[in-house]
Amino acid sequence: MEKKTYSNLIVSSAPHIVTSTDTTKIMAMVIMALIPSFLVSVYVFGMRVITLTLVCIVASMFFEWGYNKLMKKTQTVGDLSAALTGLLIAFNVPSGLPIWIAILGCFIAIIIVKQLYGGIGKNLVNPAITARIVLFISFATEMTTWPIPKMGADAVSTATPLGILTEGGELPNNMELFLGFVGGSMGEVSAIALLIGGLFLIWKKIISPIIPACFIGTVAVFAFAYYSISGTGDGLQMAIFHVFAGGVMLGAFFMATDYVTTPLLPMGKVIFGIGCGLITMLIRVFGSYPEGVSFSILLMNVLTPLIDNFCQKRMYGGAKKNEK
Amino acid sequence: MSQKHLNSIHVSHYKHTAGCATEVMTTPDVVKISMSQHIGAPCKPLVKKGDYVKVGQLIGDVDAFVSAPIHSSVSGTVIAIEDQRSAAGGNDTLVVIETDKKQEIHEEIKQPEVNDLPSFVKAVRESGLVGLGGASFPTHIKFNPKNIDDVHTLIVNAAECEPFITSDHRLMLEDAEDLISGMQLVMKYIGLDEGFIGIEDNKPDAIEHLDKLLAEKGITNIKTFKLQARYPKGAERVLVYEITGKTMNAGVLPADLGIILSNVTTFAFVGQYFRTGMPLVSKRMTVDGDAVTEPKNVIAPIGTMINDVIEFCGGYKQEPRKILMGGPMMGRAIFSDEMPIVKNNNAILAFSNEQSLVKEETACINCGRCHQACPFKLIPTALADAYDRRDAQALSDLKVMQCMECGSCSYICPARRPLGFTNKLGKAVVKEAGIK
Repeated sequence: MEKKTYSNLIVSSAPHIVTSTDTTKIMAMVIMALIPSFLVSVYVFGMRVITLTLVCIVASMFFEWGYNKLMKKTQTVGDLSAALTGLLIAFNVPSGLPIWIAILGCFIAIIIVKQLYGGIGKNLVNPAITARIVLFISFATEMTTWPIPKMGADAVSTATPLGILTEGGELPNNMELFLGFVGGSMGEVSAIALLIGGLFLIWKKIISPIIPACFIGTVAVFAFAYYSISGTGDGLQMAIFHVFAGGVMLGAFFMATDYVTTPLLPMGKVIFGIGCGLITMLIRVFGSYPEGVSFSILLMNVLTPLIDNFCQKRMYGGAKKNEK
Repeated sequence: MSQKHLNSIHVSHYKHTAGCATEVMTTPDVVKISMSQHIGAPCKPLVKKGDYVKVGQLIGDVDAFVSAPIHSSVSGTVIAIEDQRSAAGGNDTLVVIETDKKQEIHEEIKQPEVNDLPSFVKAVRESGLVGLGGASFPTHIKFNPKNIDDVHTLIVNAAECEPFITSDHRLMLEDAEDLISGMQLVMKYIGLDEGFIGIEDNKPDAIEHLDKLLAEKGITNIKTFKLQARYPKGAERVLVYEITGKTMNAGVLPADLGIILSNVTTFAFVGQYFRTGMPLVSKRMTVDGDAVTEPKNVIAPIGTMINDVIEFCGGYKQEPRKILMGGPMMGRAIFSDEMPIVKNNNAILAFSNEQSLVKEETACINCGRCHQACPFKLIPTALADAYDRRDAQALSDLKVMQCMECGSCSYICPARRPLGFTNKLGKAVVKEAGIK
């Protein structure tokens, strides 16, 4: 009897099955987690939020696609990381920002910060954060013209809660801050919406809770201690204020948890989170800028390789030291 | 008992055949029995072309410390002694036997007579037994530890954490008596106080069945131990930690920690051998995969061609593109289905194109999932970087030698990087550099 045999089988190394979670799926989850905040932003600042967000996403994806095309690299636009960067850039600017400045921001993020360093996984610092800082320093007026909540993106401007804190005036109450009916960047105003998204990511095990917990915890403890000791405000009240105001929630859950630019090991994540919280509060309380979240993340990004190196030395050694 | 757990991952179980009672395969026309079915020195054929052999007859042996003899699984005529490339890439000597389908049993087959440890160890060697979980280390060496006075615990690895495979599960339901008597024999002759059967909690019927049987027999020094149904709880060093709380570094033997450990099939065979005297000539295995018409559990004579086994399971329902000996996490992909079954086969999985293709690798995004997955908390990304530099010292400092190649890191990687395989290559770099 003649048997049919197969002698041209695929030979590859084990394992022969892999999880369904790939880079694209992870990016899609993070984008999904930002939707509540996006919706609040549209409600608070009006339709311009939609326009500006779309511009940032399309521009970022275009730069990613164009660079890969031009440099004959493997096309990576499909992994959605560029789309996520675009979305985060939009979340980090005021809704009245001129379109061309937003596109410039996307260029800085995708081309200069990400692709010139080797593309996804190779960038030293967070592209969206760096783009925000470059825009913030280069276009100080446009980047700090905060449209009044619920009034749409017209020329009338207000101050952010942190701006009020620096320059004086009546602070919004913590409930307004929590819901997000205050001035600020498009995606950073609503603490509750960001919290929902952040907890979703933690639940789905996309991000580890270590960095957000350490970041937010440090901000709260610092604020409580500072205002209690200096007597310039109610410690508890101000701790809540500093956590909900400005970019802490957005930064802690979505920017300081970017895999590429933050430490890999749990101990490193603790150091990173505490560092972010500390620098944020130092800038807010003692610096001349009202807000310090983006600077803190950028500075800690730069330190990440050192933190990783430092921590590795204490993590190696198999399961544990042999107890025998 | 330790309640601590090492890192592990969730892998879908795909235990389709868990309800399939084992079928004994019809004797094939031809078997090709490999002379290297164990770790150590390959056997030399003791028969020549034209010889008539019977079931259980010794046909291969070698005078080496690490070795196990090989017996004929069929009755019939030796038609050739030939060489073939093995699945591992080396050279394999095969004794080709044309079967007469009578399955006549060799005259010398009788229950072994044993009265102390040396005679027990000798009998185990004569049975041809090797570790049937996959490592195929000759079992008689394991049963004869140098520190005989220090060993006290027996651990049976019945975790079966590999997806698809259900042969151990079926064994526990069908041959539980042999398993328990095998364990008792080992414990008696080596002098062990207690025994644990580590079973993943996705096999509640097996746990219940064994518990019931142990209670009926009034055996109190053997207990089942429920493990989480997560990968890789059946890895030796993980299992030891889960059950005893003892850390077992690479290069340490279970006996150094006072433990005798082997796979559930190994102990069940001991029981069966001392009941019947028949050496290791057949093997229970799971045949599954989307290219197989009728996935089932089969007992096949050792030396049966894989395509004959598949034929017994209804043949291929679509063209196979990848065939695995063993499970999908650690099994070996073979290049042809013209390969014989060997002692440690516990599964033959045949997959069609869809499941066979290797996913394209993308850039690392530093997500850390590999590190979180690693039972030993290694840092696969850092190891891969060190391997790319061929930096033997860094690889060694990063404890590449601790890696047991379970593949959890490769499985979990969203960028589809072959991290586990890279560690294997990294180990070779360290060995070559001679770093201790």
